[in-house]
Amino acid sequence: MNGLLNVSSNPHIRSNVTTSSIMLLVIISLLPATGFGFVNFGLNAVLLVTVSVVSAVLAETVFNLICHKKNTIGDFSAIVTGLLLALNLPPKAPWWIAMIGAFFAIIVVKMIFGGLGQNFMNPALGARCFLVISFASIMTDFEVDGYSGATPLATLKAGGTVNILDMVKGFTSGTIGETSVIALLIGAIILVLFGVIDLYIPASYIISFVIFIGLFAGHGFDINYICAHLCGGGLMLGAFFMATDYVTRPITKKGQVVYGILLGFLTCVLRVFGPSSEGVSYAIIIGNLLVPLIDKVTKPSFFGKGAVKNA
Amino acid sequence: MAKLTFSGGIHPFDGKDMSKDIPIKDHKPGPELIYPLSQHIGAPAKAIVKKGDHVFVGQKIAEADGFVSSPIYASVSGIVKDVCEHRVIAGNNAMCIIIENDGMYSEMNPWEVKELDSMTSAEIIDRVKEAGIVGMGGAGFPTHVKMSVKEPQKIDYVIINAAECEPYLTSDYRKMIEEPEKLIEGLKVYLKLFPYALGIIAIEDNKPDCIKIFRALTKEEPRITVKALKTKYPQGSERHLIYATTGRELNSKLLPADVGCVVNNVDTIIAVRNAIFDGVPLLYRIVTVTGDCIKNPRNFKVRIGTLYSELLEAAGGYKKEPVKIISGGPMMGNCLFDLDVPVTKTGSALLCLSNDDVSRMEPSACINCGACVNACPSRLVPTELSKHSTHGNLEEFEANHGLECVECGCCSFVCPAKRPLAQSIKSMRKIVLASKRK
Repeated sequence: MNGLLNVSSNPHIRSNVTTSSIMLLVIISLLPATGFGFVNFGLNAVLLVTVSVVSAVLAETVFNLICHKKNTIGDFSAIVTGLLLALNLPPKAPWWIAMIGAFFAIIVVKMIFGGLGQNFMNPALGARCFLVISFASIMTDFEVDGYSGATPLATLKAGGTVNILDMVKGFTSGTIGETSVIALLIGAIILVLFGVIDLYIPASYIISFVIFIGLFAGHGFDINYICAHLCGGGLMLGAFFMATDYVTRPITKKGQVVYGILLGFLTCVLRVFGPSSEGVSYAIIIGNLLVPLIDKVTKPSFFGKGAVKNA
Repeated sequence: MAKLTFSGGIHPFDGKDMSKDIPIKDHKPGPELIYPLSQHIGAPAKAIVKKGDHVFVGQKIAEADGFVSSPIYASVSGIVKDVCEHRVIAGNNAMCIIIENDGMYSEMNPWEVKELDSMTSAEIIDRVKEAGIVGMGGAGFPTHVKMSVKEPQKIDYVIINAAECEPYLTSDYRKMIEEPEKLIEGLKVYLKLFPYALGIIAIEDNKPDCIKIFRALTKEEPRITVKALKTKYPQGSERHLIYATTGRELNSKLLPADVGCVVNNVDTIIAVRNAIFDGVPLLYRIVTVTGDCIKNPRNFKVRIGTLYSELLEAAGGYKKEPVKIISGGPMMGNCLFDLDVPVTKTGSALLCLSNDDVSRMEPSACINCGACVNACPSRLVPTELSKHSTHGNLEEFEANHGLECVECGCCSFVCPAKRPLAQSIKSMRKIVLASKRK
């Protein structure tokens, strides 16, 4: 034996799951929705996704270079952010919207606060809200060939009727990635099967949302109305892919359920009483801000907490 | 029936197949055996031999220094070569007695053996103390201290920790397959000490053959029951084993006896049996020599004091260049950088691995995924504790129950960012505990 031996403190073995393997699974699980977006909305959607992902990776690289830090794009989280942002853009938006959004998401929301793991809100959603505020007309224009400008939820809010089957399949107007419930659910199943997410947040979010809509929307528990709300807007994308973002959700199961219920409540309030028909983005962002508080009050009770001598 | 277990825990690659089906082999020691004076928790033993003395097998060479201490016996006959500093498993130098093996193995007469039924509790405990028996699962807590419970009638369960949840180790398994009756005899010693206790043999369900053997052997024993546990690390952690088998929880401020339980490892129980039934002190232990670098992985019955380098040779040497060598299992074991260190009462394995996950994977930022929270058997938030540790924040560390950590290492194992969570928490625990002693 010639080589020196490695010495370290125990444990000496590690699982095969890494940050990049998790991020890669998230990217794979988003592909069905992305692919559907391409088919549904055509070339401009492809352009927006490309620009968004490339800009996000570029922004992180440049920021790391300027700050003399190790480049962190190898963890693939910038790609996830870029992709999620693009899926939240209207299909007709100009390419520079995607670029500005990606830069804002990576630099302002993520890197300035210390990079991956330190951001206090979901970068993609932070950027989307920034864009909605700054470029309101572009960000709310969903009119493309074949579809009317009104999204199903807007139609619903105006008192019109919607075709739920089309919404499940995804042949409606909306952002690039949010329209097809089927494509999103395929991705969600991938995430759950590979153990990337569990159902605490999505389930508590969706169930509480249904209850709150039933109570407050003035339609009672009308099955058609509730299904339209479930399939419309960014709810599915938000519940499975954005609300479950590790960094910006509570760390314990108890906290995750509280968080899910809070999101359900906020989404309902914003959709029913807010000025816009959409509410998922803002709900999740407000939820993100409350996470430290939720984490604080939902600490697990340690093993043997109640144990007493000679009980 | 729901499987007996606890929340949290992990399922690492177990590697037990390499060595589990090969019978234990007696290892003939080499020319020199080394006995560190501290092989247990508590005060080191005091040497009572000097350079040039002749010793027999089973002769006491160091005596206990206080109640929480344990004597040491020569496991070979020969001449005391020196009492001096020598490298030990932890990597430092410590006082050791070095004996030159004369190859005769001339033995001392065993102690007088009495019928178990005619022995008093004090006699049993005294014999176990004299025999130098300590917890052989790894902690090395002197066994007679565990036996000296203030109110023996309040002990409801005597639990044999036969979980062997640590990956790669098969020494307890082999021992149970080869000499199951000895384990039951040892357990009976405990049942004599604790007249109202129920004996529980707790075995993980990845050893169905063991469970079957013990169920058959204890059919007629009203005071002994066999419990099959869900296979999961760290099932053998004392607190979690008590919870899985009896439903009783305890925390860091309580001892098992406080909740009416006494827990002992397989090898320890057999040592107790040997001291009482055969009148011999602790001279041997079973060591698993395994890992993907070892040519012929198997278990050896080793005389305490034997060098690890000899065991490596006895197992056929390397078939691949090792990168990491561990004394004990991959979750709780110590790294070795030199194989010329002796087997002690607590060293359960020599594990040689050609792949070192730790150096291959670089730590990165925590992504708050919660894997450590889900894996923590003590239901803590390891990533938060680790943060307090690296910030040196003693108050927050304690306020978040850092002292409840059992140092099992599950958090470090599961972390996708490969952060050394357990390592930082462990060092902080030492600091906090030391600051409390002041």
